[in-house]
Amino acid sequence: MDLRKRLLLLAALAAALPAIAQEKFIVVASTTSTEQSGLFGHILPAFQKKTGIQVRVVALGTGQALDLARRGDADVVFVHARSAEQKFLAEGHGVKRFPVMYNDFVLIGPKSDPAKVAGGKDILDALKKIKSASAPFVSRGDRSGTHIAELDLWTLAGIDIAKEKGPWYKDTGQGMGPALNTASAMNGYILSDRGTWISFKNRGDLVIEVEGDARLFNQYGVMLVNPEKHPNVKKDLGQAFVDWVISPEGQKAIAEYKIGGEQLFFPNANQPGA
Amino acid sequence: MSNGAILPLHLDDVSFAAGGRTIIERISLEIEAGPSTIILGANGAGKSVLMRLMHGLLAPTSGRIGWTASEQPGAPRKQALVFQRPVMLRRSAHANVAYALKVAGVGEPRRGELVREALESVGLAHLARRPARVLSGGEQQRLALARAWALHPEVLFLDEPTASLDPSATREIESVIRAFDAAGTKIVMATHNLGQARRLGDEIVFLDRGRLVERAPVDEFFSKPQSAQAAAFIKGELPWT
Amino acid sequence: MTEALTTALGLLVTLDPKLVEIVLLSLSVSLSAVGIAALLGLPLGAAIAVGRFPGRQTLIVILNALMGLPPVVVGLIVYLLLSRAGPLGSFGILFTPAAMVIAQTVLILPIIAALSRQAIEDAWREYEEQLRSLGAGRADAALTLLWDTRFSLLTTILAGFGRAAAEVGAVMIVGGNIDGVTRVMTTTIALETSKGDLPLALGLGIILIAIIVAVNAAAYLTKELAQRRYG
Repeated sequence: MDLRKRLLLLAALAAALPAIAQEKFIVVASTTSTEQSGLFGHILPAFQKKTGIQVRVVALGTGQALDLARRGDADVVFVHARSAEQKFLAEGHGVKRFPVMYNDFVLIGPKSDPAKVAGGKDILDALKKIKSASAPFVSRGDRSGTHIAELDLWTLAGIDIAKEKGPWYKDTGQGMGPALNTASAMNGYILSDRGTWISFKNRGDLVIEVEGDARLFNQYGVMLVNPEKHPNVKKDLGQAFVDWVISPEGQKAIAEYKIGGEQLFFPNANQPGA
Repeated sequence: MSNGAILPLHLDDVSFAAGGRTIIERISLEIEAGPSTIILGANGAGKSVLMRLMHGLLAPTSGRIGWTASEQPGAPRKQALVFQRPVMLRRSAHANVAYALKVAGVGEPRRGELVREALESVGLAHLARRPARVLSGGEQQRLALARAWALHPEVLFLDEPTASLDPSATREIESVIRAFDAAGTKIVMATHNLGQARRLGDEIVFLDRGRLVERAPVDEFFSKPQSAQAAAFIKGELPWT
Repeated sequence: MTEALTTALGLLVTLDPKLVEIVLLSLSVSLSAVGIAALLGLPLGAAIAVGRFPGRQTLIVILNALMGLPPVVVGLIVYLLLSRAGPLGSFGILFTPAAMVIAQTVLILPIIAALSRQAIEDAWREYEEQLRSLGAGRADAALTLLWDTRFSLLTTILAGFGRAAAEVGAVMIVGGNIDGVTRVMTTTIALETSKGDLPLALGLGIILIAIIVAVNAAAYLTKELAQRRYG
């Protein structure tokens, strides 16, 4: 065998070794917005230091994350779409749902504010104004928690957005980052979670227009994937993660995560009804 | 050990057709040990096909070709063929000859000895380490001869070995062939070159359009050709096809 | 943009550890994939080139067509196989570098097999009579030709590596783009760009292009030098 090929084979084996080596790890299915906020980069090292368990986060949209868990390819789900999570539980894929933390959504828009919504405290009012002004509005359109929250808000505002949308409503099918890029490029309005917004660097002319409305609060829940339905689930390691994240230690780590001095996530595991 | 000599070679009413054309028509012939045999004829007469039939690269469409003793599978081959254009592997001259011996099952250290001997016999020992494919046309053909002869075959077939070479290279090849002939190897060579046939041949087998037309010792053939086609060919008047 | 570019160059020059980790993982995954694909694909190509069997022409057409397999499709297929809900799920390979190696191997195996088949078949046309005359059987001939066409085959292997290193669809799906575990150059560029965070993406993009250029230059030079030296 050619010397070069011999070396390649050795390299292949050497590269494969770390993968073959046994390591304590779990797969957590979460959402792109949570990952991109940087929260996991902050709290997971603390968990690994305490338990020696490496957490591997696969970040997808909420719908895809739950589907991944339905196939048994994740050990824990950590998403923010309560109705979808309840459905997941009802189907028997999860053991129990624990509330963990909440962050909030903010309405982002151009400085020029064509729909005149800046500074308002009522999100439903703002949405109605955007529709009447036919101002450009970017939707994630990807079955994510943020997308579901957006759709719920249109409904609460009395607008059947599926029927009443016009060319001003851009259904992009993208994650939070790309959708913000799109909004920045076309100077449009968009509903974003605060975490992604704070870390987002390509703002252009965009600013926060509306915030603080209680209807904009975004609740996160964590669930262990049901080992009875999916025998390959690492139930002990997964449960350790769930326990830690709702423990005072985990909750403290969440609260301590800040970007630009601002706290992004507000732990509320002590509110069982959340 | 019985006399495993493979000669004489018998061709019995051999024909070969391809693509709807008959290239060799009903040739019966015996190739015997001893005198060097020249297969002579114009281009398209069927010389190359006949060489390949005798060597075993092609199978006749009818008729039989047989050696007196069959070659043992796995044992070194007793007959070899040198093509008009030599095909060398991307290796040194030494390695090319060694390859042929390796395929024939010859192991070290005998293989190395045979390679050195073969290269010396064709005057290429000083180029043993050179990559074979950068050698000149004449040198490559000499290397092909060394490769064919390294196993000391009983029969050496040569299909127009100098047709692509210049006169000085041709002279070198001819002197190597003469040396092998003198060492006892049976030479069967196809050519359309009258001078070469006269220089190297002991007997002539003359082909015209796939048929064996005449066979005679060399002097007789050239002084008193028996057939009209042979006479015309010698005078240079035979049409090309 | 220029600010992002300057920051990117800064990351490169100071060998930012995150950057280095991502580059090393990418190289390790793609080199492993090309190593395995070569081990399997070169003999396969040689066997098809010198072999004669029913259905050979159809096989060649299929192999050539598979060269154009979209990486995302390969990713999907391998995901379905490795998913815990799938046939090979119990090995737990999904979302690990091993899964990425498998997906890229599947992706470039047809390229290596098809291109080596072509190169060796061309050589076979030149060598067949001579090799048969020397008494070489088909298997012997295939091995001989594999060595003799080694420079063309090296170019083929480099082509396979280039394809693997540049793709994002397959490794994204089967690797999950997990931070510190399965994040490679291409998936990181996709992620960072979507975040609007350009310096790391630009830095990795520069490296990726440099690697591709280097690989192509190596392929070209190999051919040139070999031609001159070996004929």
